[in-house]
Amino acid sequence: MIFGLPILSVAIWLPILFGVLVMATGNDRNAPLARVLALVGGILGFLVTLPLYTGFDKLSSGMQFVENVEWIPHFHINYSLGVDGISVLFILLNSFFTPLVILAGWQVIEKRVSQYMAAFLIMSGIVNGVFAALDAMLFYVFWEAMLIPMFLIIGVWGGPNRVYAAVKFFLYTLLGSLLMLIAFIYLYNQSGNSFSILAYHALPIPRFEQILIFIAFFMAFAVKVPMFPVHTWLPDAHVEAPTGGSVVLAAIMLKVGAYGFLRFSMPIAPDASHELSGVMIALSLVAVVYIGLVALMQADMKKLVAYSSISHMGFVTLGFFIFNAYGIEGALLQMISHGFVSGALFLGIGVLYDRVHSRQIADYGGVAHKMPVFAAFFVMFAMANSGLPGTSGFVGEFLVILGAVKANFWYAFLAATTLIFGAAYTLWMVKRVFFGAIANEHVEQLQDVSMREKVILLILALCVLGMGLYPLPFSEIMHTSVNDLINHVSSSKIPAMVMPAAAIN
Amino acid sequence: MNNMQNLYLLVPLAPLFGALIAGLFGKYIGRTWTHRITILMVAVSFAASIYIFQDVMAGHTFNGAVYQWISTGYISIDVGFLIDQLTVMMMLVVTFVSLMVHIYTIGYMSDDSGYQRFFSYISLFTFSMLMLVMSNNFMQLFFGWEAVGLVSYLLIGFWYDRPTAIYANLKAFLVNRVGDFGFLLGIGLILMVFGTLDYKAVFAAASAHVGMFAPIPGIYVDTLTAICILLFIGAMGKSAQFPLHVWLPDSMEGPTPISALIHAATMVTAGIFMVTRMSPLFELSDTALSFVMVIGAITALFMGFLGIIQNDIKRVVAYSTLSQLGYMTVALGASAYSVAVFHLMTHAFFKALLFLAAGSVIIGMHHDQDMRNMGGLRKYMPITWITSLIGSLALIGTPFLSGFYSKDSIIEAVGMSHLPGATFAYYAVVAGVFVTAFYSFRMYFLVFHGEERFGKSHDAHGHHDDHHDDHGHHHGLAPGQKPHESPWVVTLPLIALAVPSLAIGYFAIQPMLYGGFFENVVFVNHEAHPVMEELKHEFPGAAAMAVHALSSLPFWLAVAVVVTAWFFYMKKPAIPAWFKKTFSVLDTVLENKYYFDRFNDWFFAGGARGLSRMLWKFGDVKLIDGLIVNGSAKLVGKFSGALRKVQTGYIYHYAFAMIIGVFVLLAMRKWL
Repeated sequence: MIFGLPILSVAIWLPILFGVLVMATGNDRNAPLARVLALVGGILGFLVTLPLYTGFDKLSSGMQFVENVEWIPHFHINYSLGVDGISVLFILLNSFFTPLVILAGWQVIEKRVSQYMAAFLIMSGIVNGVFAALDAMLFYVFWEAMLIPMFLIIGVWGGPNRVYAAVKFFLYTLLGSLLMLIAFIYLYNQSGNSFSILAYHALPIPRFEQILIFIAFFMAFAVKVPMFPVHTWLPDAHVEAPTGGSVVLAAIMLKVGAYGFLRFSMPIAPDASHELSGVMIALSLVAVVYIGLVALMQADMKKLVAYSSISHMGFVTLGFFIFNAYGIEGALLQMISHGFVSGALFLGIGVLYDRVHSRQIADYGGVAHKMPVFAAFFVMFAMANSGLPGTSGFVGEFLVILGAVKANFWYAFLAATTLIFGAAYTLWMVKRVFFGAIANEHVEQLQDVSMREKVILLILALCVLGMGLYPLPFSEIMHTSVNDLINHVSSSKIPAMVMPAAAIN
Repeated sequence: MNNMQNLYLLVPLAPLFGALIAGLFGKYIGRTWTHRITILMVAVSFAASIYIFQDVMAGHTFNGAVYQWISTGYISIDVGFLIDQLTVMMMLVVTFVSLMVHIYTIGYMSDDSGYQRFFSYISLFTFSMLMLVMSNNFMQLFFGWEAVGLVSYLLIGFWYDRPTAIYANLKAFLVNRVGDFGFLLGIGLILMVFGTLDYKAVFAAASAHVGMFAPIPGIYVDTLTAICILLFIGAMGKSAQFPLHVWLPDSMEGPTPISALIHAATMVTAGIFMVTRMSPLFELSDTALSFVMVIGAITALFMGFLGIIQNDIKRVVAYSTLSQLGYMTVALGASAYSVAVFHLMTHAFFKALLFLAAGSVIIGMHHDQDMRNMGGLRKYMPITWITSLIGSLALIGTPFLSGFYSKDSIIEAVGMSHLPGATFAYYAVVAGVFVTAFYSFRMYFLVFHGEERFGKSHDAHGHHDDHHDDHGHHHGLAPGQKPHESPWVVTLPLIALAVPSLAIGYFAIQPMLYGGFFENVVFVNHEAHPVMEELKHEFPGAAAMAVHALSSLPFWLAVAVVVTAWFFYMKKPAIPAWFKKTFSVLDTVLENKYYFDRFNDWFFAGGARGLSRMLWKFGDVKLIDGLIVNGSAKLVGKFSGALRKVQTGYIYHYAFAMIIGVFVLLAMRKWL
């Protein structure tokens, strides 16, 4: 509780409230006010989530900071919130990024400033809701609501082909979630009219139904992650989205899908998860290898980083479905690290785009001569993206590979190719963009990063290095919950056959 | 935490501090303060290493955690130090060579605009290398391993406006990553088999796993063999062993001080150090040891040949380094770990010396590296000349000099090994001696003796130079211009390195190889691999060993080779030219470095690009997006288009449809 208010509710509604306030500043004549107000809202939104970490009981595996209020009693829908070691870090990550994206769009966005800023604040609150919801309907509402601000961000402030990208993004993700809704309704009926996610965890479900539920959830979550082969919306969405949109998309929204696997698919349908784990691992490894290769030849920097994101998220789903603590903790750490690193890379590409108005690698060359400070930052993030030890990018990959060896040496063999491909596509891009002779007069006229940009990049650089050198604070908070999850998933939920008494006699 | 532990921490952290100051504030504190601070920090690190060395000699070793890095459900991984004889020897070599290179850099990089950046990088390198050698677990080993790779990447591409430099650094990083791929899988297997990443715990449990199959589905291979070979693949990348050697010659694109520090004395020996550290594992797998020995032998001999035909002074030294790393690897395979480390140490001194001397020559030649434009430099650069001569003599194994003791011990050790491949390895390293003598003295004579070929023609220098293009230097000496000796900051490190190159072998061979220095550090299974025992048995003492060599055939053959080199390049340059013409096929193969680069460029780089383009254009764009995603959108469009046609807006159409509907419903009611 802060000031007598429940933290999770504040984390959700404070940014939304500020979003509405920012929107109320009206048209672009009041843009400076909108910016300041948005930044204040973003920073406050982050500060209020800090007690979630400091007050978190690392030894408890249950839900913490729980709130429960009746919402629609007729359908037993509750406004029920809580976090455990799996979800708490994502609320912090999400709230941490909100002020950064607001700062990143500070001077760059000139049209409909208040609405742009408001979209991000509202988005931030909604995403916190997704991670905190313990009621399936509440989750579903937040889940779908999340699409709206992102749809607008891409569709209004995006690039030339933004409408195609926005519609593709919307339809792709909406289609998946509808099946999830059906699964919820089934579970509602089976559980005796309850929408409580925790009740679903304990619910025994026959094998075949588990598989159907798993598939329904898979359609919703795999699109968001995105897993191969439902990943093609992401590169388009990234290319068209404004910088801030890309950052939130990569750093936060992809995590929502992966989180879904841990919160719904695995604990609700553990037997199906085990049975289908082969498929999931195969798809994850395809993402790592195939997408890693595809990233190599991308000519557009944003597309390259988008493909790199898919490849990195392949590590996350691989880590989940090998069912050991290295894998799952590694995957969670990979998600957080990927948030920092991909966010930083998209911000970096934004820095270049704001100056040259091109994202084509071929339009650059020798940028390091003109922007040495920026080049230093970018090379560092590139190294983190290629999983260099000492940066956050290493921690998750390392643990997932260790876990994969435990599961099956050949999984690890394929996953570890990222050591080569990841370095190849990232550093080849760095080489062509930053090194070499100055390519053209656009590059010749480049100015190094401004104070505002430097602050953003510095904050992220500290996160990347800090997490790389000392990941313990990130990992210890998730231990108990992850172990609990592993134990839970390892026991079958298929109801035992009830033998009629006569048959026994 | 007691005082010694604080001192251990100080050793890597001092250079890190220097690197941060130079990197972040170098612009504000200026050049002088940048080099003062970084040199002071490395000197502190060196002094602390000396103190720790004495402490270790007094019997105080250490193995413990500094802080807990991460813990997962099963294990805790720490950042920690293992301080023993092997560690402290590496710490001394690394900090000493690093200190020399720092000082040398003041002179070599004096007019470079990236002065502070360079100091920051080499200090960062010193930190990373120290973390690597001081580690007590595999995670931190991998951290140091990749961190030195990072700094190597940054330094090879230091002059990032040069296409060749940024090609070379990407290549170096990727080839090393191929090695690290194996290395990481090896670490994964270790964790799976032993349940820990801590050195001591792994070593203690190793013998219990002899003869078991590795947990690799589908392949029946001994656990320890699999682990050792995977780890060694990492060493092949870092220590540039065939066929992952391709990056090292190209790494010469970096400034010369780092060629000495990173690509000769320290980083490339990380693989040798690692295998020595892992001796309790390697000793349990003869297959792995054989593999190590054969790879080393191939590298030692065939990379030496390439040194013969190079005209770039740095490339000769680079191929020589490859060949010498092969020698060390062969020694590892023969279970003569202490000999390998001994050669690592002597090589660090004389090869750093040779590189720095080459750098001094390059300064004197105004950044012309082509030996065809040199000649007769001994008159103008006496200190460089004498120190180069010492380095070359040490390299070819002249009795009493440091290289002699280490290299001769390797050859004898290999001769006594009975593992499969040992015979081949023995002939390779013996033949390698002559090759080494030939290319070393070819270089020496071409540079320091004979006709003065510099300053003849302005465009004579065919080869690229070793300096930043922005500075308005004209490269090479202008007609009539004479080379001159380098400033004291350059010659002082040369002299300081010449001393150990001369003498350290004589003094160190007895204690290091036979005096039990590595007794509790390096594990040798004396029953299975009695090489060291036999060597010890036959060792007559340092002086007698050298005297004995003076009367042996190989020595006189080596002398003959040196004389041949003199005759070929000083007296009758027509002879090598005739060889070149007569054996043009061989020459072409050597000129193309056995076609490895071409093959890699074509097969791996080209293949990956082609595969990438195909997967992208066909898989993602055509199949998934074109057929499935947009295809289903089109299908919906067509379907709804068809449906739209039904909605004509004419009342009679609707009325007609309604009547039909009513009939259908009635019929269903009737029939069902």
